[in-house]
Amino acid sequence: MSTRQEVAAPSEKEQQVLDRIERARRRRAKVKEERITLAHGSGGNATQTLIDAIFLESFRNPLLEPLEDAAELTIAGARLALTTDSFVVSPLFFPGGNIGDLAVNGTVNDLAVSGARPLYLTAGFILEEGFPVADLTTIVDSMRAAADAAGVSIVTGDTKVVQRGKADGCYINTAGVGLREHPGRLGVATVRPGDAVLVSGPIGEHGVTVMLARGELDIEADLVSDTAPVHELVAGLLGTVPGVRAMRDATRGGVATILNEVARAAEVAVVVDESAVPVGTEVRGASELLGIDPLYVACEGRIVAFVDGSCADDALAAMRRHPLGERAAIIGRVKEDPPGLVLLNTVFGGTRICDLLVGDPLPRIC
Amino acid sequence: MRFVDEFRDADKARALSAKITSLCEPGREYKFMEVCGGHTHTIYKHGLEDYLPENITLIHGPGCPVCVIPMGRIDDAIHIARRPGVLMTSFGDMMRVPGSGGNFFDSNAEGTNIRMVYSPLDSLKIARQNPDQQVVFMAIGFETTAPSTAMTVLRAAKEGIENFSVFCNHITIIPAIKAILDSPDLRLDGFIGPGHVSTVIGCRPYEFIASDYGKPIVVAGFEPLDILQSIYMLMLQLKEGRSEVENQYSRVVPWEGNLTALRAIAEVMELRPYFEWRGLGFISHSALRMRDKYAKYDAELHYEVPGVRVADPKACQCGEVLKGVLKPWECKVFGTACTPETPIGTCMVSPEGACAAYYNFGRFTRTRVREASIS
Repeated sequence: MSTRQEVAAPSEKEQQVLDRIERARRRRAKVKEERITLAHGSGGNATQTLIDAIFLESFRNPLLEPLEDAAELTIAGARLALTTDSFVVSPLFFPGGNIGDLAVNGTVNDLAVSGARPLYLTAGFILEEGFPVADLTTIVDSMRAAADAAGVSIVTGDTKVVQRGKADGCYINTAGVGLREHPGRLGVATVRPGDAVLVSGPIGEHGVTVMLARGELDIEADLVSDTAPVHELVAGLLGTVPGVRAMRDATRGGVATILNEVARAAEVAVVVDESAVPVGTEVRGASELLGIDPLYVACEGRIVAFVDGSCADDALAAMRRHPLGERAAIIGRVKEDPPGLVLLNTVFGGTRICDLLVGDPLPRIC
Repeated sequence: MRFVDEFRDADKARALSAKITSLCEPGREYKFMEVCGGHTHTIYKHGLEDYLPENITLIHGPGCPVCVIPMGRIDDAIHIARRPGVLMTSFGDMMRVPGSGGNFFDSNAEGTNIRMVYSPLDSLKIARQNPDQQVVFMAIGFETTAPSTAMTVLRAAKEGIENFSVFCNHITIIPAIKAILDSPDLRLDGFIGPGHVSTVIGCRPYEFIASDYGKPIVVAGFEPLDILQSIYMLMLQLKEGRSEVENQYSRVVPWEGNLTALRAIAEVMELRPYFEWRGLGFISHSALRMRDKYAKYDAELHYEVPGVRVADPKACQCGEVLKGVLKPWECKVFGTACTPETPIGTCMVSPEGACAAYYNFGRFTRTRVREASIS
């Protein structure tokens, strides 16, 4: 009896501390560093702080503020989606793709998950003095092939060359516009308790492939990047399931980062069953060896979808009808409390928080 | 996946949990320290505390090498890295450990070249690729990583690599455990012994814990069922009035340790008279330095290091957390001024640090998380 009180008393105090922390987390973000570090590009907390405190602070406008993958513009009655993305992957060539198809698919996917039909892309190249023309040709050929596969045209571009040592071979920026034909309102702010969370296939394959392709780890695995355009899969989903609320492509920072962004934006809790998350054996093995969590590893052809709970099975069936979605799965559900957090029911049968990642285990994977 | 899934079986965990609970004496509180940061990480990552009855508390020990490195040594490392022509290498965990003027990432943003490596041997590869640079490996870790540093030095000597040296910060686990046992403000019922360190040093060095201090210790593996079984073995020892060294991790840990690894350490390194541990202060014979025979590879001799002792920030209570006197959340700056992004104390840096593990994985009270995930 007395022991019970001893146990209960500190937990009340603990709760006060935890409340204080949550208040601190909600305070306006500030960049404390004097210089940019690699962490600012990791897609985790530091990136979000940089975006909130520097970019959003200066550029603030209603179109930017939702911080979705693509901005929605209404021009002369047409609803357009506009997005941009830069690619600095190292190495430039990896099993399953190269920086070229990555640059096309990445922008196509940002448009697709915002509910738009991708139409036109731009391509900007920053090349390092001495870069082999043969490599550039290979990269550009894969861009054209990827554009053909996604039904988009690359309609304008730009080229800059910098001195040797001032860039790492080749960087590419792409921007894209698409037409939003889907009548409903999509966006992470519309996610609500009761929704189901789906992923369209096994996670982490791109990130692990690129890391192994660097050859620094002396680990070999039979793995290829998952880079692919998801526009058809998304169109299939939107065309048959009315209750789709939001979609994201799980690139830098992986699925866990997306879930955290949604939990914060919609002020809901996301509860994930670890055993339901599809992860290939090679990715699991490499992750166990390296001490990383596949939930935080980038994909380049996987989407995370939030759908009305009553449509979960239909959404799963719709995803599985597309070759890219054969191994899609329902991985969790949205709840009310505790808002802003992602919780994980572990395979082991325990529970824990699955927070935004700090620091970057895998820099420059896209 | 074989060799992983077997050790994460929820049914077996439930069965062990019931056996542990049945060994609890009503009204008695049990406190066990997991010495190793790898265990702390496993405990939080898998939500292992959900399986423990409320009167068993796990205290997170000092076995996270990143957590116990004093600020002054980080400053020394950055001082070396700033010398022209120096390319420093270190383990990824080190990159975010704050020195008095920032961490390695900040230092790189200001012009140093400090790179992450997965193995000390990678530093030799880098040294061969950059013959015009002096490659300095910032070595940290317990007896777990000291053999690979030693092997790297031996290989450098064999291959005649001239542009490589080691800034040695290796520490030893036994003096730290002894310091904790001698700490007056802590009452422990037993230890979950460090598995990785024990693959090198074996189980014999822990015998004083059982014989002189009368505490049970079970050397444990790193999968969640390993830890749960070790807690069961500790509870059984207490129930039966025993205090012994037991080896739960016998599939990896030989009782006598790894003699080849120990010989490599002994060949290259020797004990320092004393070394500063963050939070624990100076502990005698608790760290390793390069032997004179390998002075050529000793960065501390090549480069003058300031060696200034930097006091921990006043608000930081890492010392109390490392000794298990405070739970992470009881620290005054936990989660507000000190977070994984902007750590004040080292315990918030490494994913194996008690504060970082608690902040990332266990921040909410267990009941609230459980209610949300079950209902």
